Amino acid sequence: MMEPFEQHTGIAAPLMQINIDTDAIIPSREMKSVSKKGLEDGLFAEWRYLSLTTRKENPEFILNQDPYRSASLLLTGENFGCGSSREHAAWALYQWGIRVIVAPSFGSIFYNNCIQNGILPVVLGPEKIKELQTFVELNPAVNQLTVDLRATIISAGSNICYPFAIEPSDQQNLLQGLDAIGSTLKMMSSIEAFEENDIHRRPWVYL
Amino acid sequence: MGLTLIEKIWQEHEVINQGDGNSLIYIDRIFLHERTGSIALKGLEKANRSVRNPSHVFCTLDHIVDTFPGRGDETLMPSGKDFIISTRSSAKKADINFFDLGDPKQGIVHVVSPEQGIALPGVTLVCPDSHTCTVGGLGALGWGIGSSECEHALSTSTLTVKKPKMMQVIFDGTLPVGVTAKDLILHLIQKCGAAGGTGYAVEFSGPVVRNLEIEARLTLCNMAVEFGAWTGIVAPDDKTLEYIANRPFAPQGETYHKALAHWENLRSDSDAHFEAILSIDCETMSPFVTWGTSPQHAIPIDESIPDPAQETDPSTQKSMHRALQYMGLNPGTKMKDIAIDAAFIGSCTNSRLSDLRAASEVLKDRKVASGVKAICVPGSSLVKQQAEEEGLDQIFKAAGFEWRESGCSMCFFAGGESFGEQQRVITTTNRNFENRQGKRTRSHLASPATVAASAVSGKLNDANSLEIG
Repeated sequence: MMEPFEQHTGIAAPLMQINIDTDAIIPSREMKSVSKKGLEDGLFAEWRYLSLTTRKENPEFILNQDPYRSASLLLTGENFGCGSSREHAAWALYQWGIRVIVAPSFGSIFYNNCIQNGILPVVLGPEKIKELQTFVELNPAVNQLTVDLRATIISAGSNICYPFAIEPSDQQNLLQGLDAIGSTLKMMSSIEAFEENDIHRRPWVYL
Repeated sequence: MGLTLIEKIWQEHEVINQGDGNSLIYIDRIFLHERTGSIALKGLEKANRSVRNPSHVFCTLDHIVDTFPGRGDETLMPSGKDFIISTRSSAKKADINFFDLGDPKQGIVHVVSPEQGIALPGVTLVCPDSHTCTVGGLGALGWGIGSSECEHALSTSTLTVKKPKMMQVIFDGTLPVGVTAKDLILHLIQKCGAAGGTGYAVEFSGPVVRNLEIEARLTLCNMAVEFGAWTGIVAPDDKTLEYIANRPFAPQGETYHKALAHWENLRSDSDAHFEAILSIDCETMSPFVTWGTSPQHAIPIDESIPDPAQETDPSTQKSMHRALQYMGLNPGTKMKDIAIDAAFIGSCTNSRLSDLRAASEVLKDRKVASGVKAICVPGSSLVKQQAEEEGLDQIFKAAGFEWRESGCSMCFFAGGESFGEQQRVITTTNRNFENRQGKRTRSHLASPATVAASAVSGKLNDANSLEIG
């Protein structure tokens, strides 16, 4: 069961590249055990560390800089989370502390993985993201961003306030922290009825 | 108004229409592998839930297993053995179909599922792997999911899915000699960008697609995810039906004939509505290769590296600079002047028998250039066996290629085998991302024939030029 998401305020880190893929978010070799846990160390490992063995930090990488070290929102470029379906990317981001990702578009599997794990993906036009970035960079520790999922609004200070679109079902799932499997299991009679009918239509599907 | 092929399959699998754009969709087949399937199975065990329909669930070992001859559970990837053992144990407990090492059905999931008749026209098939869209080549509706959704599919035989928008991509004209499905998809991604298909399910059609053999259609659909699409599909036709006949898990006898009648209807109606339609003329297309770190960084192999200064969009420009720096290349350099260190033939994109045949045609009576490390990894144990029956392994080996056991191998770097820092690789895989094939490894994506031609040339080259040069 994931944590419900209502509202969030925090430091936003601009990671302004397009096409950041899930291999970059968590390289395959950082997925070391058959587990969903302990992935925060591997987040952006290739960019975050100068040496993967000593884990010496790369001071130029934004999440190694104060106050971005405490960021809980990411501002980023088009097609964030493209590539591999690894849910480890969402787990690693969440475990590191990211709750909201703002991008012009997302990789579709990654987007779903965010919803499944209580991370809010906010789709916003690049110009608006640029404005948020400008606001944040003036004073990153103080100029925090606030996201209200019920009102579907992202705001920065008193002057910037943007509505964003999200599928009502995704919104509800995040707001309620739903156990998706539990909800579907309640519909088992519909699934069984479907099968009873379908097995006559498509017998070859049933092995 | 008529329906698209995907809408027809959608309708046929709709258990509940939730009225908000989402449907509870029945999932016919679930495929797992040791990398992410292990976690989904373990997640279910932990939650005390079971696999609802084990006979519809398949699992193979491909991502982490070594591909050296004589391999076992030990892997070069640190802790790889844990994934293999955990998967085997969970698969047995759940009583699902499991293709272990040594089983002729073992191989890369997206090679095995068509090959074994697990993927069929009109079925829904999911796998916690982004390249599940590959099976669209058979007219199956396949898409990649995360581990949580996989647990959902395993325990309920369904998934809640938002209906995607429909896009039709028409490949028109005739494909010139030496141009392949890989070149088609790289061309499309280059033209529309790696996010060009975001939000869409893409139906590939047109005379060029009709003329593609099934394995080439699998290659085309395989990289729909690199186009940002939810999935890709090709309407089944006689070639598809011929391909499916007598596959182990495909229907046989009377059921097969019943299925044939059903599959006949699996095509978009003439008045179906697509939200986007794109037509690409293939008459003058040439082999493609990538120069950067996104599949959208692709160009015809006869051209030179584009200049970021010409790019008007600042974020694209920035990404081009970054890519050039990573790749150690400069604008204006002719692609064919770029020397390579390694060549790789394999992966769910291009490791099927027809791919190996295309490469071996180029390699026959030729040698890999000195200093080039060349590796061929057949996509499945069956592909390997068939290739050996045809003597392809001898051609590869005589040319200087290593000939491996099947698996995903060096399509990605999981901490085990890699090409090494700043090594330049021409590869039949699907992702040229930074560090994908090894730390600082530089990947150039291309078709099997182009990879083979480059391997013997020691620099990027296509098979057509090799013949005359």
